[in-house]
Amino acid sequence: MKEFLMVFRSEGMGDYRPTPEEMEAVDKEWNNWFGSIAAQGKLGGGHRPGFEGKTIHPGNVITDGPYAEVKEILMGTTVLKVDTMEEALEIAKGCPILNVGGTVEVRDIIMMNA
Amino acid sequence: MPNISKIIADLYRTEFSKITSVLGKLFGFEFIEIAEDIASDTFLQATENWAAKGLPDNPTAWLYTVAKNKAKDYLKHDAVFRNKVIVQYPEQAQSTIEVDLSSKNIKDSMLRMMFAICNPNISTEAQIGLSLRILCGFSIDEIAAAFLSNKETINKRLFRAKEKLREEKVTLEFPETRQLDDKLNTVLTTLYLLFNEGYYSVSKNKTLRKDLCLEAMRLCYLLIENENTNKPVVNALIALMCFHASRFDARIATNGELILYSDQDTSLWNKELIMQGKYFLNKAASGKSLSKFHLEAAIAYWHTEAQDTIEKWDHILQLYNKLLIVEYSPIAALNRTYALAKVSGKPVAITEALKLNLHQNHLYHSLLGYLYTDVDNTLAYASYQQAHNLSKTANDKKVILKHLENLASPKTN
Repeated sequence: MKEFLMVFRSEGMGDYRPTPEEMEAVDKEWNNWFGSIAAQGKLGGGHRPGFEGKTIHPGNVITDGPYAEVKEILMGTTVLKVDTMEEALEIAKGCPILNVGGTVEVRDIIMMNA
Repeated sequence: MPNISKIIADLYRTEFSKITSVLGKLFGFEFIEIAEDIASDTFLQATENWAAKGLPDNPTAWLYTVAKNKAKDYLKHDAVFRNKVIVQYPEQAQSTIEVDLSSKNIKDSMLRMMFAICNPNISTEAQIGLSLRILCGFSIDEIAAAFLSNKETINKRLFRAKEKLREEKVTLEFPETRQLDDKLNTVLTTLYLLFNEGYYSVSKNKTLRKDLCLEAMRLCYLLIENENTNKPVVNALIALMCFHASRFDARIATNGELILYSDQDTSLWNKELIMQGKYFLNKAASGKSLSKFHLEAAIAYWHTEAQDTIEKWDHILQLYNKLLIVEYSPIAALNRTYALAKVSGKPVAITEALKLNLHQNHLYHSLLGYLYTDVDNTLAYASYQQAHNLSKTANDKKVILKHLENLASPKTN
């Protein structure tokens, strides 16, 4: 069993504020997708960044937020426990972020302490 | 004329654990067997004495007095034992060591005993066995019946478990605050498994199964009664138990056969237990944590709604998604797929089911059998056949055979 990292990115929504119903619908989509992966026993850990963020640049320059200079922002990461890149990609194809113009980057994971 | 042996059997169930726990706390876990012996001797004496002289006015008080005297005698006559016990109470003179069988001390002693027994250093079977013996007053025969095992195996298992706990220097102290959540989780897992042992047991003894469930609920309620352990997660677990237990009479026929959820007579669902479950589920929602017990309790709550609506099954599906994200289990994966079929239809659920790597599990093939029924009956039949081959109990085989018969003789309309 190997591990692969999925990195979700999408463009920010600007000033658009989704309605509670829209939020719930999006939540459900993600929940169903994660649930499907978890039901196969292939879900590893994951992270969903919050709204606070700072970036350190060379020379100890700190800027507020992750949003300033990048077009796509990091929405979250999830680890998949599967054997091959092909399998990981097959799962990533179902990610709801693809329906709203976002991307999923899939990377194999090399254990640092192995 | 009251039936004395029936009265003694009932008292044994309720009082043996109290006497053993109180004496255990007084003596220390090292001497747990002496505590058990004194409690057993007390009941032996009751059997002889009451048969000859009739039932005393207050049988429980009689038992407590005899147990106290036996404990005092033991302390008086066994010098080695006395010295070891007295060391624990340096501030007290020997004569003032009292056996306190007040209801407050009984509850406190039983809680401490629960924390001592539910110890990850011994197997969960041993934790459940010891709980049944010491905290629920089950006889070794009854425990053997519950585990479909024999007396000798259970005796050995419990003996080894007590040895191991002594080696680990387990005490009967209430856990320190910083360890409480961890230790409480172990206790809750054991109570959950004890409940499941009764609820999902292969044993056809309906009374025994119900007793196991009720004991798990009683022990869980002891945690609710204590302010230090009355936490949201404990309320979630007891809510889960109430919701499940509400269907106890509806899901087991008088001959011990299991009646599937969709075939149950909903008028047999216990409304009072459902109400209690809702009460505890509300209490459970007071904290920030969302444990697997919270999710399972919420799933069980939706199952108490008799109406078969898409909304109901969508709630259940979302909860199973979350439960699987927290902790994978084959049964949750199968149940999620069933809920998905109810929400999105069988074809969608079949695609998802085929991704599950559970080919050795007869329930997986039963699920496929259900999903393929009316979609592709040839595949449905083959799936149920596979389920039949893999199933191990007569009860399971019987349920699956019914499906095979229905598929072999399709309705004519």
